[in-house]
Amino acid sequence: MILFALGTVGLLVRRDLLFILMSIEVMLNAAGLAFVAAGARWGQPDGQVMLIFILATAAAEVSIGLALVLRLYRQYKSLDVDAASEMRG
Amino acid sequence: MNSVFYLSAAVAIVSTVLMLTRLNAVHALLYLILSLLSVAVIFYISGAPFAAGLELIIYAGAIMVLFIFVVMLLNLGDRASAQERSWLKPGMWVGPAIMVSILAVEVAYLLLHEPSQSLVPRVIAPKVVGIALFGPYMIGVELASMLLTAALVGAYHLGSRHAEKSELRSLRQPAKKEAHDVDFAQPGIASGDDLVRVGNGRSSGAP
Repeated sequence: MILFALGTVGLLVRRDLLFILMSIEVMLNAAGLAFVAAGARWGQPDGQVMLIFILATAAAEVSIGLALVLRLYRQYKSLDVDAASEMRG
Repeated sequence: MNSVFYLSAAVAIVSTVLMLTRLNAVHALLYLILSLLSVAVIFYISGAPFAAGLELIIYAGAIMVLFIFVVMLLNLGDRASAQERSWLKPGMWVGPAIMVSILAVEVAYLLLHEPSQSLVPRVIAPKVVGIALFGPYMIGVELASMLLTAALVGAYHLGSRHAEKSELRSLRQPAKKEAHDVDFAQPGIASGDDLVRVGNGRSSGAP
């Protein structure tokens, strides 16, 4: 819970794209921790199965996100997300 | 057993807070690895050794290596060596080293003293997890494999030089017709190019 809150705070506060991705990692990790704790509470393996799915999701998310980071850096020479606010109407 | 849990939880929270307040990406990655390690210890003492191993191998191993690769890729050039020297200042590693040693002492304690009264009723063995994973959750495994394949293809496309070149070309030549011809020739790139071009056109139109 506290880890999830910290990840959310990091997502909102930092403007560096790399830190935003790390905060998303922290949030996914906190969700997995909640699943495993619930699975351990009832003695069922379902929590760990959900953790495995969360791991797969996190791996996919971080690969796409880092490819986007590289792309953004090549285009704008910066990692600030405010640099990429051209779509704003 | 409870004190071990509270210690590793405290290490996790403190290292996450320190991660968020670092200005340097590599320092933040160091603290993030520490946070993941402490979460792995929490998994281990809450009766999920398989989850702890996965957390170590995939999160703290593979994903962190990916992050570090990207951080190193973003700093090509002459100033990279000077920056790296400033990153590896002595004294930076003291904080993570202290917390990692706390975790190491906890793990040694757990391995040496076989827990008589555990935090949880029973340990969920990897075999049970595997049976559950490939039994009722089979469709989830298939979906995860499709998701990973999509991520692979997407990361390859986003990171390839070809897509970047065509995007730069469409940036330089705002003539719509030629770009549309290129898009029709390569339908895989069309959607991304369209999005990017729409964004650029709007920004250049607005003062």
